[in-house]
Amino acid sequence: MSPARQICVNYLVPDSIIARRISDTNILNILQRIRLSIFPGNQATESEPNDSRKYLHSFLLHFRPATVPERSLKLSLTWGLGGMAAVLVFVLFATGLMLKFVYQPSPGAAYDSIAYLNTQVPFGQLVRNLHRWGANGLVFISFLHFLRVFYTGAFVAPRQFNWLIGLTLFAAIVLSNFTGYLLPWDQQAYWAVTISTSMLDYIPWVGTGLKEGILGGSEPGKATLMNFYAIHTAILPALLLFFLPFHFWRIRKAGGLVIPRSAAEPPDIRGAEVNTMPNLIAREVTMALVLLAVLLILSMLLNAPLADQANPGLSPNPTKAPWYFMGIQELLMHFHPLYALLVIPLLLVFGLLSLPYISYEVETAGVWFASVKGRKMALVAVVLATAATVASVWLDEFVINSGLSSTPGMTANGLLPFAFVLTACAGFYILMKRGFKASNNEAIQALFTLLMTAFVVVTVIGIWFRGAGMQLMWAG
Amino acid sequence: MENQTLSRRSFFNRLWTLLGTLAFAELIALLIIYFKPRKSRTAATNQDAIIIAGSVDSFEPGTVTAFVRGKFYLARLDDGGFLALSRSCTHLSCTVPWVSGKNRFICPCHSSEFDIRGDVISPPAPRALDLYPVAIENNVIRVNATRPERRSEYAADQIVYPGKT
Ligand code: HEM
Ligand code: FES
Repeated sequence: MSPARQICVNYLVPDSIIARRISDTNILNILQRIRLSIFPGNQATESEPNDSRKYLHSFLLHFRPATVPERSLKLSLTWGLGGMAAVLVFVLFATGLMLKFVYQPSPGAAYDSIAYLNTQVPFGQLVRNLHRWGANGLVFISFLHFLRVFYTGAFVAPRQFNWLIGLTLFAAIVLSNFTGYLLPWDQQAYWAVTISTSMLDYIPWVGTGLKEGILGGSEPGKATLMNFYAIHTAILPALLLFFLPFHFWRIRKAGGLVIPRSAAEPPDIRGAEVNTMPNLIAREVTMALVLLAVLLILSMLLNAPLADQANPGLSPNPTKAPWYFMGIQELLMHFHPLYALLVIPLLLVFGLLSLPYISYEVETAGVWFASVKGRKMALVAVVLATAATVASVWLDEFVINSGLSSTPGMTANGLLPFAFVLTACAGFYILMKRGFKASNNEAIQALFTLLMTAFVVVTVIGIWFRGAGMQLMWAG
Repeated sequence: MENQTLSRRSFFNRLWTLLGTLAFAELIALLIIYFKPRKSRTAATNQDAIIIAGSVDSFEPGTVTAFVRGKFYLARLDDGGFLALSRSCTHLSCTVPWVSGKNRFICPCHSSEFDIRGDVISPPAPRALDLYPVAIENNVIRVNATRPERRSEYAADQIVYPGKT
């Protein structure tokens, strides 16, 4: 038989089966027919009454393989963090769509529409709380997810590109949060956005143009609200809807998650496979329900704040950027703006982007902290970075500048401290590598830990230890 | 023959790449122009372009008067000269109030301080407060509040004096 004929014959076979099925449907009642039209794969007959569950399962399994390695189900691999982030994205889409029916994006109406939502719309305040706490939770949880992916070595091949997709998702989430922050148009929002966008002014050449492009003018106003609303409710959601499935698809393409193992076990260990349903799905649903319960309780107990209506003539004291920008605002207190806003962030982003493309001496994917030694080195980095960061903030504040800084020259406040920090990092790397006789995996991990800890510490200082007039103080 | 088709192909490939790049650049330029801040989008402030502040005599020397509509302060210095100071802090754009008891502007956000001429007394503000152009005709003060002018510090030629009539 020629190949062409064979295709013909093969093509005919399913046809005849379909024809038989259609004649069979005559014996079904209307509900069964509707169900068959939605799930045409198989029919549930009385002899196999449980089959309908399979359809549901195959739907839930869309993104999943039929089986997963038993080892990757361990809570201590993922801590459910990626799943939690996905659940929060879903909650944010749902509540965001609800808010869209009440909210009015213009300076004259925005504040009142939120106040109306809070006081007149049944469950309006609750929906707003869910959206607000969900959004902040998402920034926090996706940061933790980012840390877990890093510390389990899940960013090297074949997961390199998914690390980049993850960073894109994280950027989209932070920007969503920031653009959403302005929408209530209250004092807190107006001034947080004023000072956050004014930071751009310090970027040479393009900064002011960039700022005015984002604001649609030289200060926040009608055009700003329109811009932020469009970005917050259309552009970033579309971006998320594109990159999230991409993220999940790449996990499948990589053959699933990294397999957690001890450093002694071989890198290609895989272990037994178990059915995705119910083993993985049941865990995910449980996690989602617990998270939803926590979020709901939080949203019932704690209202999203709404300050006075925005007043361009009166800055509240203190005025602070949103909490996830506090690290940058704190840097701005110690470094020349060019370094605080451009050089240091760009270098960090570049470092994060290139992490998966460095060539590593040891294969550590799946091993928490690369090894026992790696864990010790990371611990040293945490302690050292905490002490050094607190000490230098204190020194800079009370000894070197005795007061708030950042006016004096580029060299004194920019190049000099920057070169100092850079040298300290390089010295740290070399000392750790030699001192511990470590692989470059472990040493790079220690350096990453050092920088992340420093970032978290400056963020914490900015959030809790800066009071009126941004003076350093010792409690909230 | 083979060679010729190849080079024709590569010629077209290059042409497409070039045209594609041009079209892309055009698209980017279009987007930039579309999103550039437009006058009409900020119209509300533009109607207040020229503000008539009042007559010279209504301002005592050594005082600062706030103009909410123009978003500036009119400062009359001790020697009788005028300056129209932007109310935006040069650090991160908070609105600075005039604290008359201390005779200075004190920013509530990160506590920069400026004197009556807008000069920085205390950082982190990197520059003196921006200025708006002031014109005095027939003893009437007009301030052009369209766009503030940057300056690094106070200089004597920034002051506008009432004409000697
Ligand atoms: C909206 C934010 C995000 C969502 C919803 C999300 C979701 C997920 C989910 C559900 C998983 C499965 C495993 C797990 O639960 O840990 C996963 C894995 C992964 N994520 Fe994310 N993620 C997000 C952001 C990020 C970020 C910021 C990064 C890092 C830059 C990242 C990098 C990865 C990588 C490399 C994997 C594969 C890990 C492995 O194979 O073990 N993701 N993500
Ligand atoms: S905005 Fe005025 S001191 Fe920072």
